[in-house]
Amino acid sequence: MSETGKTYALFAMVVVLIIGTGVVQSWNSALFILNMGLISAIMALGVNLQWGIAGLLNVGIMGFVALGGLATVLVSMDPVPDAWDAGGPRLFLGLALGAASILAVVMAYAKLPKGWARIIGVAIVAIIGFNITRGVLDPAVQAVEAVNPALTGYLGGLGLPVLIAWPVGGLFAAAAAWVIGKTALGLRSDYLAIATLGISEIIIAILKNEDWMSRGVKNVIGIPRPLPYEIDLQADPSFVERAAGLGLDPMTASTLYVKIGYGVLFAIVLGILLVLSQLALNSPWGRMMRAIRDNETAARAMGKNVTARHLQVFVLGSAICGIAGAMMTTMDSQLTPGSYQPLRFTFLIWVMVIVGGSGNNLGSILGGFLVWFLWVQVEPLGAGLMNIITMPMAEDSAIRAHLLEGAAYMRLLTMGVFLLVMLRFSPKGLIPEK
Amino acid sequence: MSDPFLIGDCMTGGYGKGPDILHECTIAVEKGEIAVIVGPNGAGKSTAMKAVFGMLDVRQGAVRLQGQDITKLSPQDRVLKGMGFVPQTHNIFTSMTVEENLEMGAFIRTDDFRPTMEQVYDLFPILRDKRNQPAGELSGGQRQQVAVGRALMTKPSVLMLDEPTAGVSPIVMDELFDRIIEVARTGISILMVEQNARQALEIADKGYVLVQGRNAFTGTGQDLLADAEVRKSFLGG
Amino acid sequence: MDFLNALVVLANFVVIPGIAYGSQLALGALGVTLVYGVLRFSNFAHGDTMAFGTMVVVLVTWWMQSVGITFGPLPTALLALPVGIAATAVLMVGTDRMVYRFYRQKKAEPVVYLIVSLGVMFIMAGLVRFIIGPNDQSFSDGERFIIKVRDFKQMTGLDEGLAIKTTQGITVVTAIVVVAVLFWFLNNTRTGKSMRAFSDNEDLALLSGINPERVVLYTWLIVAALATIAGTLYGLDKSFKPFVYFQLLLPIFAAAIVGGLGNPLGAIAGGFVIAFSEVTVTYAWKKVITYVVPDAWAPEGLVQLLSTEYKFAVSFVILVIVLLIKPTGLFKGKAL
Repeated sequence: MSETGKTYALFAMVVVLIIGTGVVQSWNSALFILNMGLISAIMALGVNLQWGIAGLLNVGIMGFVALGGLATVLVSMDPVPDAWDAGGPRLFLGLALGAASILAVVMAYAKLPKGWARIIGVAIVAIIGFNITRGVLDPAVQAVEAVNPALTGYLGGLGLPVLIAWPVGGLFAAAAAWVIGKTALGLRSDYLAIATLGISEIIIAILKNEDWMSRGVKNVIGIPRPLPYEIDLQADPSFVERAAGLGLDPMTASTLYVKIGYGVLFAIVLGILLVLSQLALNSPWGRMMRAIRDNETAARAMGKNVTARHLQVFVLGSAICGIAGAMMTTMDSQLTPGSYQPLRFTFLIWVMVIVGGSGNNLGSILGGFLVWFLWVQVEPLGAGLMNIITMPMAEDSAIRAHLLEGAAYMRLLTMGVFLLVMLRFSPKGLIPEK
Repeated sequence: MSDPFLIGDCMTGGYGKGPDILHECTIAVEKGEIAVIVGPNGAGKSTAMKAVFGMLDVRQGAVRLQGQDITKLSPQDRVLKGMGFVPQTHNIFTSMTVEENLEMGAFIRTDDFRPTMEQVYDLFPILRDKRNQPAGELSGGQRQQVAVGRALMTKPSVLMLDEPTAGVSPIVMDELFDRIIEVARTGISILMVEQNARQALEIADKGYVLVQGRNAFTGTGQDLLADAEVRKSFLGG
Repeated sequence: MDFLNALVVLANFVVIPGIAYGSQLALGALGVTLVYGVLRFSNFAHGDTMAFGTMVVVLVTWWMQSVGITFGPLPTALLALPVGIAATAVLMVGTDRMVYRFYRQKKAEPVVYLIVSLGVMFIMAGLVRFIIGPNDQSFSDGERFIIKVRDFKQMTGLDEGLAIKTTQGITVVTAIVVVAVLFWFLNNTRTGKSMRAFSDNEDLALLSGINPERVVLYTWLIVAALATIAGTLYGLDKSFKPFVYFQLLLPIFAAAIVGGLGNPLGAIAGGFVIAFSEVTVTYAWKKVITYVVPDAWAPEGLVQLLSTEYKFAVSFVILVIVLLIKPTGLFKGKAL
């Protein structure tokens, strides 16, 4: 079978799997898998840009995704005027002072002569800056967080349409990636991996603890939607009528309508990003990136600024992850920092890229759908399997209860085995790089 | 005529699946003698020696040690057969002490290697003084002594040296050559690749001039030094 | 007197916890650094390896407790430790045979190993959660304190008390013993020296007749022991929760890199640098300062630089500073 034929066949298989889910389980689950598959595919596309095309290891995808989520809150939630009155300007003054302190530390490091003078100087600047910042910031934070903590307790957002948050999420992620890239690129490849692992943990820690920004672990719920609410649809007579025409009850029809709406929106974003990625991949820029990946020394010898190129592609890839993160939070209509798990949001994306075919955009999209499908479906399968295995055991057997409970973690095992088997027997992935 | 002690006979081959670098090249050394491979840059000098040591595919020809065909043996197995090899670079364990370097050289030996170590220290007295220093802290010439000493620890019957004097000063070079002659006197055959062709040929019993992976001239060291054409082409007049 | 009280508070809340935590990180970082030195890749599965070893120790401890085996005043977990090490060693060697060896024979790039280690991490994480679940488990027993606050106050007559938990004492003693044995092994045994030689210069080690498979085998055995011991000590001191062990990857890697990846001495130094930075930055200094300065200057706030939730930020910032200023680490990395 030709390469194109194989690609079509694999994508057809994904379509069959999703439609099969619709027929066997429910159309709601099928659409859920489709929508999250679209988002996963976008994340995989971003990681593929970094790893497949430039050979950069990003182990902090979760952080960039979470920044996208933060962007949705900051852009689309209504501002909380009381909180702004209580300490908004002072809070921003504090943040500005913090930024200025960091700048001053960097300046002190650059300007002072090497040796003790530099160490002491930098320390003094850092201590002074830190104290001033905290002095201004802390009361403001307390004031803001004290405003109706059960419902708000944060500054809120800008109250803009939520779709604007998607590109903003990309920008947030790009900014974080730039900082990381500046420090860790150009060093050994695993340093970038460890640095990204670190920044993602920190981003999640910030989301969990800075209540004034996005309510921390109290979560932000009810983020505005780009699509109508199910309740409103069910109350709309013309919608109910059309649903009845299709033989659906209003409830099912409304949820399907919303889900399909998200599917269309996500598909448009994925389509745009795919076209851009393909253009980039086949442009002189993309060829240069691959040349650098295949032989960095030669590329350097030819006068290419490898580190700068890497920074570009790292920022771009992270931005794509940020966009996907904003889309995901939009679909969920809530930001729950506690739900960001590295296994789910960093390492699973890696499985997608490797399985799909690193270096091939279509491959990573396929990997996104396929691996997401498995991730969702392995859990009920594992539970079913455990049910069968434990059938002969007594109803109240502790081992049986334990095995049934543990079935949820079967999917971690499955994904690990899946990844290792792919790496071993088909390291180029399902749709290899051309 | 019986085989020389060690001979790479009519070797043709290259690295991995790459093109042939050697073409019917023959290198041999007799017991207790010094054979030197010289030639212009890229002539395949080091490659010829690595072929003898089993570090590349010899597709035609054979390598025989004491009449035994060892063409198919891995470098490690050749060490067991009594061949010692000193690579051109990265030839010592920089983070380990001099003595530990020598111990590692004797890793495959199960008998007491103390006497051999004493012999190495007698040959290179400076190493005895620096036995507890990390080898990476030594000077270039001393590092080469460690490298040679490490290879001698297996009590090899033939010692192969890849450009042992690369990057050391002329005085140190003379000193190293003296030591190499001393090693040869103990009955160990020496096969070495050298950039400093003239000095090397002066101490060589046998010289091989390689050009583009082929034997161009072969003879005793003195013959080659006297040969007008060799002088003109390779020794700068 | 105030000054002594300040010192006691400092020892109680900063020095002693810092030493204990530093020892745990050092043992963890030693494992990472050994894998890096010999197998030449950053092992992302190390945190979950620690979790696996600790899990076995926890299970065996529970079993021992249930049949009434105890270790007197010491935690039963110490008795269970050898079983945990053995199980982890089997797992590590098995993983190497089934997974890593293939890439070694292919002479794969370090990044490939790194991604492979992500797959291994998934499997181990799944295994641990499948067997013991994702929740907090406590398995510490025996005497809780070596020195109790009250006893210390009575002994010294100071206002402030000093407590040394048994687990802290055990951590430090075990760490010293383990490190001493490890360094003795690396510096004085034939196998240990061959590991160092292999780490220093792989090609020359091969030329010297050192068997790489044997070196790798010993490395995994040692790493299994280090990971299980580090994990168990951490678990005894705090508690055992699989996800926390994954998160320990960050300070452990930071420690290994700060000290110089591949350098065992560096790993130990790095462990203490990270631990003390974390503890000092997240400690509320109010009490200490109040004792030392005149009453009028006593601070109002807690004088805590960062809340404990941000302790990862500390390792991260130190990591970034080291990467920016001295990427090879405090001690020169690479080579055992």
